[in-house]
Amino acid sequence: MKADAKAKPPSRRVTGIEKSPTGISGLDELTYGGVPKGRPSLLCGSAGAGKTLFGVTFLYKGAVEFHEPGVFITFEERPEDLIQNVGSLNYDLQTLIAQKKLAIDNVHLEPAQIAESGDYDLEGLFIRLGDAIDSVGAKRVVIDTVEALFSGLENHALLRAELRRLFEWLKEKDVTAIITAERGEGTLTRYGLEEYVADCVILLDNRVQEQLSTRRLRVIKYRGSAHGSNEYPFIIDEQGITVMPVTSTGLAHRAFTERVSSGIPDLDAMLEGKGYFKGSSVLVSGMAGSGKSTVAAHFVDSACASGERCIYFAMEESPEQIIRNMRSVGIDLKRWTDKKLLSFKARRPNFYGLETHLAAMHRDVAVFQPAGVVVDPMSALIGTGGASDVHSMLLRLVDFLKERAVTALFTNLSVGPAESTTSVQISSLMDTWLQLYNRESNGEHNRQLYLLKSRGMAHSNQIREFILSSDGIRLRDVYVGPAGVLTGSARVAQQAQDNAAALVREQEMQRRSRNLERKRREISAQIEALQAQLVSEVEEDTLINREDVARENQLVADRDVMGRSRQTGATPAKQHLKAAKKSNARLEKQ
Amino acid sequence: MKEPEGYNLRLYVAGQTPKSIAAIANLKKICEKHLPGRYEIEVVDLMKDPALARRHQIVAIPTLIRQLPEPLKRIIGDLSNVEKVLVGLDIQPS
Repeated sequence: MKADAKAKPPSRRVTGIEKSPTGISGLDELTYGGVPKGRPSLLCGSAGAGKTLFGVTFLYKGAVEFHEPGVFITFEERPEDLIQNVGSLNYDLQTLIAQKKLAIDNVHLEPAQIAESGDYDLEGLFIRLGDAIDSVGAKRVVIDTVEALFSGLENHALLRAELRRLFEWLKEKDVTAIITAERGEGTLTRYGLEEYVADCVILLDNRVQEQLSTRRLRVIKYRGSAHGSNEYPFIIDEQGITVMPVTSTGLAHRAFTERVSSGIPDLDAMLEGKGYFKGSSVLVSGMAGSGKSTVAAHFVDSACASGERCIYFAMEESPEQIIRNMRSVGIDLKRWTDKKLLSFKARRPNFYGLETHLAAMHRDVAVFQPAGVVVDPMSALIGTGGASDVHSMLLRLVDFLKERAVTALFTNLSVGPAESTTSVQISSLMDTWLQLYNRESNGEHNRQLYLLKSRGMAHSNQIREFILSSDGIRLRDVYVGPAGVLTGSARVAQQAQDNAAALVREQEMQRRSRNLERKRREISAQIEALQAQLVSEVEEDTLINREDVARENQLVADRDVMGRSRQTGATPAKQHLKAAKKSNARLEKQ
Repeated sequence: MKEPEGYNLRLYVAGQTPKSIAAIANLKKICEKHLPGRYEIEVVDLMKDPALARRHQIVAIPTLIRQLPEPLKRIIGDLSNVEKVLVGLDIQPS
């Protein structure tokens, strides 16, 4: 038994300090598990920074999710008010109190009523706290805001000694405590409580920049534990507190070889016939009215059609308006919102600060788990912060989305006539960059699309004209003239010219082949005539020869007759006959 | 001197600490001197009934509460400063 008891503590030390999860999404990640278990932590921030809500969330989540009952000691708010205030977040404290999972004690000090005479201590507070802890078997304690004692009691030296004792006492009680404190001028807390609660200090901040407030949280120190040391934005809304550990997580995200269609078959053809890479970021830049949103809508439409979820962050248009506008180019986004595949998040850029936007996007993505995300237009955010802020925010957003293999499409409104005005810092973060132009030529504006870059694939380098039709975006064939790519009516004119030239060529060819045919026929007629002549001449020749032979034979025969009549020898006549026969045979051969 | 109604005083302590003992002694001494025969002292030990601390909004120990006459008045400390006690309880020194 003794050996067992002795063996335990060292193994505990090896695993590091024990932590108690706060249940506040994001905070537990960045503290690697929560606040130190069995110790007090200090939560400081100015008025309205969210300290009380933070504390209530810690207790509520503790009771509901981690089966750790809690005690809330409030110096400022009456319990009824507190219960009512967090009721809007669906924190049902009343039920928790009834279930003996939560105890609320309101310590009320009325300075005007209290006179001090001689030595005292805060044993009354200890007794109340102890009683409350025992009544529910509390593992968690929140004291909000203990500094109220300083305004209620005069003897500050005594008070400090008592607070020190309180924090030690809380440790002995083995409760995980959160002590809130008001932020002072140039100090973390107005009364220097950080001297006493030194294990973990969390600072809440609500800064206003260009009239937009951004809530931020920072873990200032955390003894015995690693923690994210940056400032993290957090949001308070109907879903409670959400802290966003939005640091750039480096470049360790996976590279996918899978492809995601752009939703425009002709554009896919320019991208090796397959589309964007999954998990890549696509920038669509262009001037007003160049069709950026339509390109984005095509992407969303195609992703939803294949059963994937998408979030459309609309910065300038309402969802209704986008749906209506896209219907005019034959894209029905309504069906996807109805099927809950597409979620519109319409937020004015100046609705809140940049960090809060990012935090909200993070949460939306984490909740909805989309495969594709559209930010339309990304450039709207630039007004809400400095260029470097926007850059860093987008960097983190891009990293975050890549990590989750979310294909992201950002539209960017370029100002000015040239296409090169897209913010260069942003474009370097992007994997694929589509530029849309609206060029003037021949007294009309025509839309052009150019694939400026697309990392990791052999993409087309052509500038293509595209047309917004009732069937969406269609790319036209390339017509290159002396002044570059021909578009609009110039293209039509060129097309007509080409057609005419083709017709002329066709006719020329037909005429040539007709001539040839005629010549061929003439020649063959000549050949026929010559052959006929040859035949008749051969026949003539044969006839003459035959007549010659006949004549010769007749001559021989006549001579024979004559010889016989003269009674001369037959021999010479026979010799003549033989010679005649020979010449006859020769003729036959011929 | 006009005879006011009796004083009903309640002293909250937490166990037999030196401060508690001093406070009880000091209070008795003051009352005997300035309110002879028209006071009533009730000593409440919160160690025995901790829930009372919450119900009666006790933070500091010892706390003296003047229940009567109205209005309610509170004095915290071991009551060693007699003058402050008299002012706090609104007692005319005799």
